[in-house]
Amino acid sequence: MKRQLPVLITGIVGAVLVVSVFIPHAPFGRLGEDFSVFFDIIAVFAFILGGGNLLRVHGDKIYRRAKGWQFSIVTVLGFIITLIAGAFKIGNVNGIRGDVTAPGSLFTNIYDFIFTPLQATMFSILAFFVASASYRAFRAKNKEATILLITAFIVLLGRTPIGNYATAWLPSWLSFFHVPNLANWIMAIPNLAGQRAIMIGISLGVVSMSLRVILGIERGYIGSEGGKG
Amino acid sequence: MRIVQVFKNIDRRVIFLFIALSVIVPLIFNITFTEKASPIVKNIFDKIESLPEGSRVLVSLDYGPSTFPEIQPMTNALIRHLNERKMKIYYMCLWATGQNLTTYTIDSVQVREFPDRRYGIDYVNLGYKAGNEGLINVLLTDMKKMYSTDVHGTYTDDIVMMRALRNLTGFDLIISLGGGSPGIKEWVLFAGDPGNIPVAGGSTAVQAPLLYPYWPNQLVGLMGGIKGAAEYESELKKHYPVYENRSQPGIKMMGPQAIAHIVIMLFIIIGNITFFVERSLAKRGQAHG
Repeated sequence: MKRQLPVLITGIVGAVLVVSVFIPHAPFGRLGEDFSVFFDIIAVFAFILGGGNLLRVHGDKIYRRAKGWQFSIVTVLGFIITLIAGAFKIGNVNGIRGDVTAPGSLFTNIYDFIFTPLQATMFSILAFFVASASYRAFRAKNKEATILLITAFIVLLGRTPIGNYATAWLPSWLSFFHVPNLANWIMAIPNLAGQRAIMIGISLGVVSMSLRVILGIERGYIGSEGGKG
Repeated sequence: MRIVQVFKNIDRRVIFLFIALSVIVPLIFNITFTEKASPIVKNIFDKIESLPEGSRVLVSLDYGPSTFPEIQPMTNALIRHLNERKMKIYYMCLWATGQNLTTYTIDSVQVREFPDRRYGIDYVNLGYKAGNEGLINVLLTDMKKMYSTDVHGTYTDDIVMMRALRNLTGFDLIISLGGGSPGIKEWVLFAGDPGNIPVAGGSTAVQAPLLYPYWPNQLVGLMGGIKGAAEYESELKKHYPVYENRSQPGIKMMGPQAIAHIVIMLFIIIGNITFFVERSLAKRGQAHG
């Protein structure tokens, strides 16, 4: 029963949602709408589950003094302090009924002065690693790599004003070879064709996987029972 | 060939130093370039220009601080344009981290630059709700089911610009500014297509190629990275002289980006020259011995 009930619920909900797209009338239209609302409500509980899981994993790490347990203390403290600051709206001028992101509140200060610089720094560092990796990996070793290299060059140049200046002298009948136009063509034609092919492939995979889930053939999402699949 | 060995074993910190300089120097000397809007960006501008005054535009800020430097310039330019055109702006976000950025955008652009526009009549902040594409799905049929109050806790029935609005089909344009999922793609799939509502977007440069398949039929236009923001700003400057002398962060950031791209390309060229010289030396060595 523990396994059959979730499979049954998934099958019914999945089938109703599929039918509601093709027959958006009573009762399917209404049911599809209600299931979406249920999903949104359940999505909120995922935060509780995620928070609980974070505390469990890092609490266990601290208890066992596992490698890097000191970082777990920072994680747990950061989580608890931010949660309390947001939930109780500490320092909010309008009190508990005010907007959680109101300027001056502890939650906003944590966001503005700790979270934002940390995330922006992490993302900015990527530029340095991309440059270093490009230097070492972008080699015209064979025909395919050479095509990739030339394409990357055109797009890189085309994304800067320098690409515009470099070929601005070209006559209008050669405007296709103007670097920004070439870059736009690469993005809008070969890139688009490749992306669409990938998307169609993924979509077909999603359709077949969804059918397997709805029909109860695929049950991996329920998890194992007593360590057995 | 000693020089080949030097370039082959170049320390990555040297590359880091060059990248840092290529970003810092243009910022210090304020090196900027003229921008011209590409069709994919200009389409968004033209779409907003074509909408009549008072049209409803939903702006969803679906990003966080990690992509803030890349996305915020386009958000600011769009908000300025929407206010200049006297649109009714509905702010919301699919990302929990987007709520603070919405407040920031409203404080720094909406309120500061357009003080005559009134909350609840010209713009409203609906804030964040969990649910991702599930949320969009519900909004498509009933907005108030998910947004019974705005971000300040005021009932949406008491907000003038919310009264006549039933669902997403009431919008003339949806603009998603996002750095990932949920974002532009979800707005296209769950709102734009089923509701026949025009959707425009602004994304990080990394994500832009993935969204090209939706343009021009499912996406009105797309701003990709700082380049997209700079192009939009240039279009705004061209049509609204009031912005001629104001600092445009997108255009300003294009200087460092252009120089950094050139530096990266130079490194790739050096890397390839080293590779070919080394290969020819190895071949010559094999032939001789």
